[in-house]
Amino acid sequence: MSERMTVLKTYKLFIDGKFPRSESGRSMEVRTNAGDVHLCRASRKDLRDAVEAARRAQPGWARATAYLRGQILYRVAEMVEGKRRELAEAIAATGGKSAKAAKGRKTLSPEQEVTLAIDRLVHFAGWADKYAQVLGCNNPVAGPYYNFTVPEPMGVVAALAPDDRPLLGLVSVLAPAVVSGNAVVAVASSTHPIPAAIFAEACATGDVPGGVVNILTGDRSELLPFVASHRDIDGVIAINLSAAEGATLRKGVAENLKRVSIHEGVDLADKNTCEHPWWIEPLVEMKTMWHPASV
Amino acid sequence: MGWWCEGGAARRALESKMRTDSPRVDSVMAGERAASFTKRSIKSSAKASGLRLALSMVDLTTLEGKDSPEKARSLCGKAMVPDPEDRTLPKVAAVCVYPNLVRECVTALRGSGVKVASVATGFPSGQYPLEVRLEDVRRAVEAGADEIDMVINRGAFLAGRYDEVAEEIRQTKVACGRAHLKVILETGELETLDNVRRASDLAIRAMSEVGVRHEHGADFIKTSTGKVQPAATMPVTLVMLEAIRDWYERTGERVGMKPAGGIRTAKQALHYLVMVKETLGDEWLTPDLFRFGASALCNDILRQLRWMRTGVYASGYDQSES
Amino acid sequence: MSEKDNGVATATPKAGWDYAPAPETVKVSIAAKYGHFIGGKFVPPRGVGKGEPSHFATINPANEQTLAEVAQGTTADVDAAVSAAEKAGRAWAALPGAERAKYIFRLGRRVQERARELAVLETLDSGKPIKESRDVDVPLVAAHLFYHAGWADKLPYAFPGRQPRPVGVCGQVIPWNFPLLMAAWKIGPALACGNTVVLKPAETTPLTALRLAEIIEECELPPGVVNIVTGDGRTGAALVSHPGVAKVAFTGSTEVGKKIAGATAGTGKKLTLELGGKSANIIFEDASIDQAIEGIIAGIYFNQGEVCCAGSRLFVQESILDMVVRKLRHRLGSLRVGDPMDKNTDVGAVNSKQQLATIEKYVRIGAEEGADLHVGGGTPTGSNPWASVNGGFSKGYFCRPCFFTGVQPAHTIAREEIFGPVLSVMSFRTPEEAITRANNSPYGLAAGVWTDKGGKIFDIARQLKAGVVWMNTYNKFDPASPFGGFKESGFGREGGVQGLRGYVQL
Repeated sequence: MSERMTVLKTYKLFIDGKFPRSESGRSMEVRTNAGDVHLCRASRKDLRDAVEAARRAQPGWARATAYLRGQILYRVAEMVEGKRRELAEAIAATGGKSAKAAKGRKTLSPEQEVTLAIDRLVHFAGWADKYAQVLGCNNPVAGPYYNFTVPEPMGVVAALAPDDRPLLGLVSVLAPAVVSGNAVVAVASSTHPIPAAIFAEACATGDVPGGVVNILTGDRSELLPFVASHRDIDGVIAINLSAAEGATLRKGVAENLKRVSIHEGVDLADKNTCEHPWWIEPLVEMKTMWHPASV
Repeated sequence: MGWWCEGGAARRALESKMRTDSPRVDSVMAGERAASFTKRSIKSSAKASGLRLALSMVDLTTLEGKDSPEKARSLCGKAMVPDPEDRTLPKVAAVCVYPNLVRECVTALRGSGVKVASVATGFPSGQYPLEVRLEDVRRAVEAGADEIDMVINRGAFLAGRYDEVAEEIRQTKVACGRAHLKVILETGELETLDNVRRASDLAIRAMSEVGVRHEHGADFIKTSTGKVQPAATMPVTLVMLEAIRDWYERTGERVGMKPAGGIRTAKQALHYLVMVKETLGDEWLTPDLFRFGASALCNDILRQLRWMRTGVYASGYDQSES
Repeated sequence: MSEKDNGVATATPKAGWDYAPAPETVKVSIAAKYGHFIGGKFVPPRGVGKGEPSHFATINPANEQTLAEVAQGTTADVDAAVSAAEKAGRAWAALPGAERAKYIFRLGRRVQERARELAVLETLDSGKPIKESRDVDVPLVAAHLFYHAGWADKLPYAFPGRQPRPVGVCGQVIPWNFPLLMAAWKIGPALACGNTVVLKPAETTPLTALRLAEIIEECELPPGVVNIVTGDGRTGAALVSHPGVAKVAFTGSTEVGKKIAGATAGTGKKLTLELGGKSANIIFEDASIDQAIEGIIAGIYFNQGEVCCAGSRLFVQESILDMVVRKLRHRLGSLRVGDPMDKNTDVGAVNSKQQLATIEKYVRIGAEEGADLHVGGGTPTGSNPWASVNGGFSKGYFCRPCFFTGVQPAHTIAREEIFGPVLSVMSFRTPEEAITRANNSPYGLAAGVWTDKGGKIFDIARQLKAGVVWMNTYNKFDPASPFGGFKESGFGREGGVQGLRGYVQL
């Protein structure tokens, strides 16, 4: 029986609903137990392009009904369910055990990680038409005014996935940002980027409008300073960054007062920690409106 | 007779224009602006001169079924000499009575400069045939009234028959001849400030269209009959003053303003003066262009002036009833 | 009183009547010299460098006279205050919410009782008209304290599914435009959420905060729960960079806000910033026009325009531009500028010589860039634009309310925050143009929209990038209504349930 040559795939970036190579032409190699895999390595210019795409896409996404946003996020969950095996294999291939679990935390099998990621997507999809009811309110001001506060999308949000638990981490930063009407530029795990690249394919086939979700693979530490200083990024969400990375990001606040929310010491497997509207809250702006109430 | 009877598309077009021509009024913000005038602190010389000014603007009014010639004469006496103990005080602007008492007042006030105003047009409801209302006006003018206070046809207004309302005002204006006309909108029945503004614009335009110009003073718009609650309020008056201001800026024509009913205290009167000053300017601070329709107000102004003059609070019987 | 005394020469007054001076008559006592309020008592400044002044003067901007000497906070003072707050923190946080509430309620009540005194003091120190300190600032101070007091024992309801915990010591730096009100905005939620406070009032307006310290003493708040350290920017910098401070709350300029953001980066401190603005006020042709005029006036001339959310960019639909400008000119004529202590004054003194110079700079730039200046009372502008705005005041820092027409979006006065009674008037033709131009600013604090059409107003309000949108009104404030900006106007909210977020850990 003749041995067939495997067709090797180079995973590409996900920008504006398309899969371009890095404008820099660079790629990176990730060692897996099934052999080396090549991925595009995003440059600062790819980041710039992704932010521009996100900026273009964001108003339309914000204008979409909450019902539709929820439907689309749920659709992504369906697509991920369909890629369950591919994702679990990718997780297993790079880490073997869904990354090293920090002290005192449950170890997850790759299958369990995919399951949790799907469930997290479904959880946040369900928030689409509810978080405004929990985070917003009517305010009983002392006067003949109707006054209310509503959460509005922040705009373009950079979502930085942690290195470990590459799929679950990505979903945890991405879902709360997307469901609340933001357009997202996600930076995948630097050490285990393949699941993110597969997730991008799920997004592309899951009705997510082009530019609403952009996913960059590459070296986070290379991109981080440009994320921090980019004046057209309105908010940042990250999980379990190192102190130095956190400080770099926060320095960027001084540039355009972007909102940086870094969740530290997060056990991604813990639903109680990771699945509640206070993940959405740092990614929305509270707008308060007054109107006289009288004939 | 009236061209408003013609009906059809043209009429509807005109009436819908009337609906949209007037600026809308936000009642909360208008109320806040009106309230801001009450925050002005009117002290010492400003208070004394303001109260005298207010006194000179009073249409001393009695409009009761039991009014008698005797009461009218007494009212006229008070109009000419509001406080016998202070003869420096100005006379009031006018007395305001029912048509039946006009002759009595004309006689009593002859040569004093105090005007005789008569309500007419089937006051206060106006629920009479137009011919009867116009005849009411003609007779009051014939009896010697200098000023006629008419009521608008609120039924027609609220039904959206604006042209009918305007035409009635025009005919009343014609019936007034040389007498000044004050158009009572009865704002308490119009309910909304949008309606008040629309009725003000309508009345001002209708009066102007007749084309009679007065040598002194002007025709007025007026809030209320005093028979309906609420009568004059600060927000309603503000909206009417704004209509007057906009008309003046557009045409150069001055229209007078008369809040009536509910203004009982000297302090309230000063608030209204502040509002006139800051909305229309000092030019309108004259009895030719601003009046108070009131009965109790006069005595409270006199009480305040007496307190300022003597440092002694007056008793109720220090003033004659008005 | 004789006829002559009344100032009335004839029996029938002629047209023309003006208000007599109506000075506020309540007198307040002010000490010659103040220390800091640390650990529940007033203490003299410590650690003053050799040859350095321990105190500086706070003046009345209406007459440039010194009101009192206040202490220049040193790092040693800040240290002492932070450690007093740390020391008090544990017991304060452990106190049942209902008990904490009662302290804050007590503060609110005492502020109400001493309202007139506080208003007079505020006007003396800040230059704002007594009418505003009496009717706006001080009543809102009490309202904020009452509102937040009630939250102290209800915090879990504010954060469904979470158990909120205090943050720790809050370092709070506040501005000079609403001195006491900003103190209440800061202290109220911090205390309700179980934190302790070190507050630094603005350099030019420390007196009402120090009077609040007396009230805090009177209300027997545990020592160290609220500490007040006076001083200039150096004191503020020492406070926000102090390692014992767990949360920094700053209200002031975007420039300083960014510096603070840089300084706190990587320190783990929680940060909320309430910064500058260049808020748009959009008037459509179908607006309630006379009320819109009032909204424009309130939007830009309230508190001499020294308001972060001032509606300083006016966008008027072209079809009504001439009418709006005419009405604005007319309305400007009835604004009374002058002695802040006169109850009829609408526009008082600018807070400081420095701020007056800033306003002068922008008025000159506006004229140089080719915009047309309009000043209240039909004052002719002549060749020296600043003279028509500022001329005729013998002492004090005064500036007549004014506006520019013919302003282009690229003009400096259309882009930069002036923080004075200077309005830039521009026009637009379509709703989309209005929104694009309104949002074309690094700021995003507030906005106003005026139209009688319901669907339009909600759609425009939704599209405006601003934390507060006043629809058919402007410059309304309430403790239940969150306040704060988008973009470079800062982050975090103050007031309302959302305002608590900056003072808890979830």
